[in-house]
Amino acid sequence: MMATQLWQITDLLLALLALGLGWAAVSSRDLKRSVVFFIAFGLLLAIIWARLRAPDLALAEAAIGAGLSGALLLSALRDEGETAGVDDIQRGPIAALLSLLSIGLAAALAWVLVYTLGIADPVRMADEIAAQISNSGVTNPVTAVLLNFRAYDTLLELAVLLAAVLGILALGPARPAYRAAGPLLDGLIRWLVPLLVLTAGYLLWAGAHAPGGAFQAGAMLAAAAVMLRLGGHPGAGLPGPPLQRLLLTAGIAAFALVGIALMAAGHALLQYPAGWSGVLILLIETAATLAIATTLAMAYIGGRPVGWGPEAPTTKTVHNEERN
Amino acid sequence: MLFAELIYALTGIGLFVLGLRGTLLRRSLLGRILAINICGAGVFLTLIAIAYRGPGLSPDPLPHALVLTGIVVAVSATALALALGRRLRESEDE
Amino acid sequence: MSDLIGLALVLLGLTFFVAGSIGVLRLPDLHSRLHALTKADNLGLGLLCTGLALIDGGVLNAVKLFLVWLLVLAASAAAAHMIAQQAMRQERK
Repeated sequence: MMATQLWQITDLLLALLALGLGWAAVSSRDLKRSVVFFIAFGLLLAIIWARLRAPDLALAEAAIGAGLSGALLLSALRDEGETAGVDDIQRGPIAALLSLLSIGLAAALAWVLVYTLGIADPVRMADEIAAQISNSGVTNPVTAVLLNFRAYDTLLELAVLLAAVLGILALGPARPAYRAAGPLLDGLIRWLVPLLVLTAGYLLWAGAHAPGGAFQAGAMLAAAAVMLRLGGHPGAGLPGPPLQRLLLTAGIAAFALVGIALMAAGHALLQYPAGWSGVLILLIETAATLAIATTLAMAYIGGRPVGWGPEAPTTKTVHNEERN
Repeated sequence: MLFAELIYALTGIGLFVLGLRGTLLRRSLLGRILAINICGAGVFLTLIAIAYRGPGLSPDPLPHALVLTGIVVAVSATALALALGRRLRESEDE
Repeated sequence: MSDLIGLALVLLGLTFFVAGSIGVLRLPDLHSRLHALTKADNLGLGLLCTGLALIDGGVLNAVKLFLVWLLVLAASAAAAHMIAQQAMRQERK
């Protein structure tokens, strides 16, 4: 009985802390402070995922939600320069009306939630997944769902990532690079980047039977790329543009090739034959790790790196020519 | 219904509404992007809270997979939004 | 028995974290705050990891927790150094 009470108090504290940090991130006037609160919120969310028995999510949230998102927002703040940094929430009658409406929306959603959770005997997929997991080729249920039962969704999700990075590449050249690192940061990078690559390889392999998988491994490699870029390597450790193009599409290509090969062999699209599931899943996961890592690294670089293609004339040069 | 499920799902709803209000009421693009991310975090929290089945049973892996893809898609959408913001600012400066 | 010692170490580590946080809130300038934060948090984390290793009992997890402590030590020391260096550069301007 005592343990239940302690868990309830812990849950209440974590929930209140999450609400407090979220409110601080959204309502702070100083944008730098908002971004730092957001990073702390991401870490708290990772702890909450661990408490709710979602270790794969805790790994991904700590790496992507807190780490990569935070790095993206901080470098966007740096781009804005000294002009930005103060941001008001609008006041006035319309704002008050919107706040009231949002409280009403929260109440309505909470009512729907309590009603839905109170339904006895809901239909849950968890038991069906547990029954079929011995046929899936892996023992981690999240990996089985992502790469076997709902493999089509993961294929389309990789396509969404590719679309986002194509948009980023189309919008302009890369962000300005950082100066070369001093001895301290350089030494830290020399130790951390190989460690990150090793951990990514381990997470990729362990994703079959333990928390881990392609997304977490890709996020680790992207973190290594971000560290390299911050240490003064503008290429962020990525290979040259031709190989970058290959890596960006590697995940979708692996999925598509496996799917088409299976269809040619007589199965349905992405219906793994018995006994081959584990091997095929590992193959697709490896390609997906490289694709996700390259995508997130290029998203952090923020645009076309040097050498990507013929430098398109920016609108600035066009306006100058018109004035002349 | 479990206590943990209820508390975290309600927190998720609260975060979603906070983020929604912030998206509508903040003035700068970066602030709005941050608020949309808080919205997304609230939705993820509600999904995972519903997937939790207590200390005895293993949790439901289907919402876990959905939220995992959701986290990665959210960060790439944030990156695209920030790149768009940078381009907008550069074209305004001319 | 080792559970109790582990719990005591965890609580001791938590008091170091609280002390570090109070230091960040109450100390006058950036350098003293960095000092309080880094020292208190690193020692607190070391005690926390030792306590958790004792509660858990396995050797492999103890080694992993020790590696976690080493990594946080390196990263926080480097970060504190870089923050202090940047602050000094801005003070000189």
